Amino acid sequence: MARKSHVQTTINGETVEFLCEPRQSLLEVLRDELHLTGAKEGCNNGNCGACSVILDGRLVNSCLVLGAEIDGKSVETIEGLAEPDKLHPIQDAFLENAALQCGICTPGFIMSAKALLDKNPNPTEHEVRYWLAGNLCRCTGYDKIVRAVLDAAAAT
Amino acid sequence: MSEKKEYKVIGTRPIRHDGVDKVTGRAIYGADFQITGLLHGRVLRSPHAHARIVSIDTSRAEAHPGVKGIVTAQDLPTAEDKMADLGEGAVNLKYLCDNILASDKALYKGHAIAAVAATNPHIAEEACELIDVEYEVLPPVLEVREAMESDAPILHENLRTSSLGETGDEPSNVASHLQHKKGDLDKGFSEADVVIERDFVTGTVHQGYIEPHNATALYNPDGQLTVWCSTQGAFTVREQLAEILQYPISKIKVVPLEIGGGFGGKINVYVKPVAALLAKKTGKPVKVLMNRADVFEGTGPTPASYITIKMGAKNDGTITAAQTSLVFEAGAYPGSPVGAGAMCVFAPYNIENVLIDGYDVVVNKPKTAPYRAPGATNAAFGTETVIDELAEKLNIDPLELRLMNGAKEGDRRPDGPIYPRIGFIETLEAAKTHPHYASPNGKKYHGRGIASGFWFNIGLESSVTINVNPDGTINLVEGSTDIGGTRASIAMQAAEVLGIPAESVNPTVVDTNSIGYTAVTGGSRTTYATGYAAYEAAQDVVEQMKGRAAKLWDVDEANVQFVDGEFSSINGKEEQISFRDLTARLGETGGPVVGRATMNPAGAGGAFATHVVDVEVDVETGKVEILRYTATQDAGKAIHPSYVEGQIQGGVVQGIGWALNEEYIYNAEGAMTNASFLDYRMPTCLDLPMIDAVIVEVPNPGHPYGVRGVGEVPIVPPPAAIANAIYDAIGIRMTELPMSPDRLLKAMGKI
Repeated sequence: MARKSHVQTTINGETVEFLCEPRQSLLEVLRDELHLTGAKEGCNNGNCGACSVILDGRLVNSCLVLGAEIDGKSVETIEGLAEPDKLHPIQDAFLENAALQCGICTPGFIMSAKALLDKNPNPTEHEVRYWLAGNLCRCTGYDKIVRAVLDAAAAT
Repeated sequence: MSEKKEYKVIGTRPIRHDGVDKVTGRAIYGADFQITGLLHGRVLRSPHAHARIVSIDTSRAEAHPGVKGIVTAQDLPTAEDKMADLGEGAVNLKYLCDNILASDKALYKGHAIAAVAATNPHIAEEACELIDVEYEVLPPVLEVREAMESDAPILHENLRTSSLGETGDEPSNVASHLQHKKGDLDKGFSEADVVIERDFVTGTVHQGYIEPHNATALYNPDGQLTVWCSTQGAFTVREQLAEILQYPISKIKVVPLEIGGGFGGKINVYVKPVAALLAKKTGKPVKVLMNRADVFEGTGPTPASYITIKMGAKNDGTITAAQTSLVFEAGAYPGSPVGAGAMCVFAPYNIENVLIDGYDVVVNKPKTAPYRAPGATNAAFGTETVIDELAEKLNIDPLELRLMNGAKEGDRRPDGPIYPRIGFIETLEAAKTHPHYASPNGKKYHGRGIASGFWFNIGLESSVTINVNPDGTINLVEGSTDIGGTRASIAMQAAEVLGIPAESVNPTVVDTNSIGYTAVTGGSRTTYATGYAAYEAAQDVVEQMKGRAAKLWDVDEANVQFVDGEFSSINGKEEQISFRDLTARLGETGGPVVGRATMNPAGAGGAFATHVVDVEVDVETGKVEILRYTATQDAGKAIHPSYVEGQIQGGVVQGIGWALNEEYIYNAEGAMTNASFLDYRMPTCLDLPMIDAVIVEVPNPGHPYGVRGVGEVPIVPPPAAIANAIYDAIGIRMTELPMSPDRLLKAMGKI
């Protein structure tokens, strides 16, 4: 087993330190070392988007980033989105629009939608569909997800 | 039951009870579960599609630092070659156990051979590579027609064809042959002016749930086994574990965590018994997670099929006869959904003369599992395409032809049952009057298609307990895994009875020690049957609380009525008390009130759907674009319309994926070559338009609120509807799924 590296990073605004093996992905570190299990593993090769997080302002699949790579960087995960007594408008829009069924893909979709709306606060339906094409949902047929993101854009 | 009832809660769209947990990442799914001292398991899988296992040597793996235990089929109790009833029909025990860990033969690439528990998942994976397995590789057979040939490689030496009550003498890959007959087929075809006969081929497809299979197991020294997992049915996991491990049900507790999709694929167990064996061997809790390739290669896809459909009709549009042969691949062990396909194949139509033959054929692929209306989509692809062709030959609008022949109350389905009140005609009429059907269609390479579908729906056992709180709320305890919003749809039915808001119900899904037996979340049964149990449990609460009101007022219980959330005396006295106020007085009138109900309702009522789709075919690339999609469906009564629409939209899109892209692609050695989400291409949101879901409500007489299951039937029509639209666009009948660009280019003669 290779020596573990010491990593100091910022997650959801808090300074976090951890040790990780070189082969551990950011997803694995988040879930198994830091117990932030909101990011999900659907494929572990960058095709489903269930593990989406925002790294230094950029949307990434955390399964394709190594844990050791986030030293000195800043990560936003689903756990950091809501305030203690108030959901983020995207989270509200997902609930109002019934934009989830089983919910396993939901954290990834919400983080992708946040990254989109951070960049482009007023996307068209096509822009939403283009941006979210890296996230797979097998339950909803995407209709209500796309509507939720358009609603969240209109509400902010 | 009146057709137009006024409801206060039913038909509204409250926020689902588990919603906040699921949009904040706090909901605990199977893989999220943590427990002190956890070990991680990994399964070694066969690299060969068909091979005899000569020997397994685990010594090198055992010596690997961090490895705590290894299991093989040797660790399973010896499975007898006998049938066991597991609630969803009889299953051969040896087949069931061999699919968990192969004992003598590997029957598909990905078949589990051994498993390792180690201190972390990477070490477990490394150790798997150190297990030495000697195989005698055998030729595989991957296609049903080849598997039926007399010289085909045989998967099971002991398997004999069971055909219409007779058992064959020779080993065969054909596990069974079933038949349904109605009327006089020859007479029916002789009366027809037009007869169409076509062959259809459909590919192997996967349910494609985003969450891989998972299990964490713990054995206590007192013999108590606990398994935390995501599953469509905690009780069926308990039953399967009891049979596979030969362990008493009383010592097994299954805790269902949140589930990330299933669609039928999370009823059978795979890694749960493996986690249990590893936990027993190591004395530690062990978590076993599949990766995506494991899911594709090691868990039930839904069958490829070879289908022949022959139908005849008179010039006036009357369909006089229909015949089919449905050949379904079972995968490595018998048990394809050909029986369900045979029930559904001609079910939407009232046809006098019918012959249905179904064959269940084993091949060297993973054992197939149910997938949303299992068998019905394959069958409808054939039937609905032939009906489209009949309509063309008869020069009758395809929707009109369906209206002329559509099944109604009192008609008999070819496999026996007489229909109660059903809503097929209403779905056709809803499609006919929808603006989509009247909109212009006729641009070059654009086409419109329609198709219908049927799923029978099931009832089965459900239990609900209601604990009444002193503030006018209730805690509703149930055993149905919530896979798409059923906490809400069940809670709403109890709320309607009690006259309280949906938000005053706290629904909780509990483990197998904490609720009465509840069958799987499947068969479109949960809102119907568990909702029915919630209705009855709430009625039980009402009856008990009438007694409490009678005590308060010192009147006879028979003189207390409950209307619109208020208890009142009907015996001259003017007393009245709301449900909420009475809950605060339960202590002084005798203690807590607990309502309960168990159900096994028989009147699930069938679900019908009719879909209209517009496509554009790119004749250069063969790609088919979905331009517009409208799906009408009889929901009986939509409890939470948003989640009914969601079921319809989700089912449609799975059907679109099945129609256009999805299939297992195999090489000559029998290895799946596209076992990833990159290469097994499911629809993304960029591939789709909005899906217009039109809810038709023809109340089901078998449910107090008229509910029909809605989950399954929307996947049934899309492949045929799209095939019919492609024909309308380019004049070519596609008879093979998926209708991928290469198949279209071939059909157009371009490659």
